[in-house]
Amino acid sequence: MSRDYILHKIRTALGRGAGQAVADPPAARILVPEVSTEVRVASMLERVRALAGEAVESDDPRAFVANAIAGKTAIASNAPFLAERGITSLPGVRSGITDREELRELCATADVGITSVDYALADTGTLVLLSSPREARMISLLPPAHIAVVPRARILTGLDELFSLLPNPADSTSSMVLITGPSRTADIEQILVRGVHGPGLLSVVVTG
Amino acid sequence: MSTEFGQKSHDTLVDAKLQLAIYTATGRLKEHRIAAVSDAALPDYQELRTQANAIKKHTIDNLDHYLEEFERNVEARGGKVVYCKDGTEVSDFILNLAKERAAHLIVKSKSMTTEEVDLNERLEHHGLESVETDLGEYILQLAHQRPYHIVAPALHMTRYDVAALFERELHVPLETVPEKQTALARSVLRQKFLAADIGISGANFLVADSGAVVIIENEGNARLTTSAPKIHIAVAGIEKVIPRAQDLATFLKLLARSATGQLLSVYTSFLAGPRRAGEIDGPDEFYVVLLDNGRTRLLPDKAKRQSLFCIRCGACLNTCPVYRKIGGHSFPWVYSGPIGAILTPQFMGVQHEPALPFASSLCGACGEVCPVKIDIPKILLELRSDIKKSDAREGRNRLEKLGFRAFAWLMTHPRMFEMAGRIGRSMGWPTTTKGPLGAWLSERDLPPLPAHSFREMWRRR
Repeated sequence: MSRDYILHKIRTALGRGAGQAVADPPAARILVPEVSTEVRVASMLERVRALAGEAVESDDPRAFVANAIAGKTAIASNAPFLAERGITSLPGVRSGITDREELRELCATADVGITSVDYALADTGTLVLLSSPREARMISLLPPAHIAVVPRARILTGLDELFSLLPNPADSTSSMVLITGPSRTADIEQILVRGVHGPGLLSVVVTG
Repeated sequence: MSTEFGQKSHDTLVDAKLQLAIYTATGRLKEHRIAAVSDAALPDYQELRTQANAIKKHTIDNLDHYLEEFERNVEARGGKVVYCKDGTEVSDFILNLAKERAAHLIVKSKSMTTEEVDLNERLEHHGLESVETDLGEYILQLAHQRPYHIVAPALHMTRYDVAALFERELHVPLETVPEKQTALARSVLRQKFLAADIGISGANFLVADSGAVVIIENEGNARLTTSAPKIHIAVAGIEKVIPRAQDLATFLKLLARSATGQLLSVYTSFLAGPRRAGEIDGPDEFYVVLLDNGRTRLLPDKAKRQSLFCIRCGACLNTCPVYRKIGGHSFPWVYSGPIGAILTPQFMGVQHEPALPFASSLCGACGEVCPVKIDIPKILLELRSDIKKSDAREGRNRLEKLGFRAFAWLMTHPRMFEMAGRIGRSMGWPTTTKGPLGAWLSERDLPPLPAHSFREMWRRR
C-alpha cells in the first residue's frame, strides 16, 4: 500500500536519506534497587491488598487454594509449579489442556482460573505472565476469579528489574501481560466497579 | 468566536449538570495524578519526564529508521505491518481481509486513532458488525457519540443517561446501579468476544527492537480483543514507536500515574506477533496498521514536531481551566483540551477551526503536567501566529489590519492622538451588541473613563 510513500514523506520532512544511520538513543533508564526478599514479599502483599485483592503468604498453597475453590469449578494452568504443589490434583480442578478451543470453553464456564507467574513486581503488586505451553492467556482472563500462586523467589523489585532480566520479552513469548489488581472500570460517573471483562476477584498466594 | 465551537462551548457553559460532571470528574483525576507523582510517591518523576522527552525526541527525529526496525521485527515474529495514509486505506485493508477470511463480527478495544478515521462507521457501512468493548466506548457507540475525554470517554453521562440508553438499545428493564449496568454490558460483550472473527485494538506503544505492540487498560477488554479472536489487528499512529522494550520502564511509570493516578493500569499487554508453536492460545494472525492521517505534516517544523510526543494520558485536559469549562464535545475534532487545540490545527489545517489556539489563557498548566514535556503553550502561540499569517495571505483580516494601521498612525501623531482622546472621552465607551465589537464587549466590563487624560494632568501640575 502506502509504505514507500509514507517513509519517503517522513524522510523528506526530516531531511534524512533512506537507510541513513542514526545516533544511539539516550541510554535506557534502568535502576534496580537492592531490596531483601522479606521486604519484597511484604510490599507485594501490601500492594495487592491496596488494590482490593486478597494476598497471603503460605507454606501450604494447596490448602489455601482448596479452601478458595471449595464447591467451585476451576481451571489451572500447566505450570509445573502448580502440579508440584499438588494444586492441579485438587477436586474440581481441570488442568493439562493444550487445545485452544477446549481451553476457551473451560475458561468461559469455570468459576476460578489458577495460574502461577513468571515474575511479580513488589513495588506495584503486579503479576507478570508470559504466554507459553505452561501459561495460557485465557486462564487469568475469562473466569470471574483469578488465583495466582507466586514463588517467593520470583518477586522482583519492579519494572526496572523486570526489563533488566527480560531486555526483550519478544525473544521469549508472543504475549507478556502485567496484571495489577482486579479488572476495573470507572466509566459510569467515575464510580469504581470491579470485574468488568476480566476477573473481579484476585487472590495472590506467595509461597516458598 | 464564531461557529460551532463557540456555540457548543456556550451550550456547555450554561448546562449546570454538565458543568458539575466535568468539574468533578476532571478534578478527581487531577487530584489522583498529583498524589501519584508527588515527591513521596515518585521521587524521580522529573528525571523520568526528562528521559521520556529525550527518547521521544530521538525517535521522532529518526522516525523512518525506527518504523523500519519495528516492521522488520514484527515480520520476524510472523506478523505483518501495513502502512496506511488515511482512513480509506485502513478500512480497505480490513474489509479485504474480512472478505478473504469470511469474517463478519469485529470486537474493538479503545483507540483514539480509529476514532480519527471513523473506523466503525466505515466498517458498518460495508455490512460488518464492529462492537466497541471498553465500557465507556460501548455506551458511546450505543448513543452515537464520540469520546468526551481521552481516558474517560463517557464522563459527561450520568448513570440515569446510561439506564435510559440501555433500556432503549438493549431492550432491558431500567437499571440505574452502575455495578449492575456494568454486569449487563459484561454479559452482552462476553458473547461478542467469544463469537468474534477479528479483534481490532489501538496501541499505546510500538516497540521497535521487539516488534511488539503495547496496550494499556483497566477492564480486560483489550486483552480479550487481542487474544480471543483468530485475527488481531492493531491500528496505531506512526508516532507511537519507541526504540526499546527497556524504555517501557520509563513510560509505564509515567502513563498510568498521569492518566488516573494508578501506579500501573490493571493490564499492560506486550504483544509480539501471533501465537507461537507450543503456546496454547492467542491469535493466528497479527497485523499492525501504521497510520499517517496527517502526522507527516507535523514533521517538517522542528519546534512543532514535539506535538507527536503525546502518549494520550489526558492530564492536560484535567488541569486545563478551559477544558474544565467547555468540555470535550465543544472541540471540533476527536482530540480535546490543550492537546486537541494543538493537534487539530496541525492535522486538519489551521483554518479548520481558527478560534481553537486562541481559546486558551496560556496559563501553562498543560505544559507543566505533560509527562513527556510537550511545550503546549509555546505551540499554541506558534499556531496563533500561523493562523494570522494564513488570514493575511487570504485577505481575511483586512478590518483588523486597517485598525492596527490607524492605531499606529494615531500613536505617531501626538496632536491627533490627544484630539481623539478628547472626542473618545466625551462620547464614552461604545455600547453596541452587534458585530465583532458587540461580541467582544459582551464578555468584558470596561473601566470607567477618566475625566482628564494623563497629558492634561501633567500639563496642569
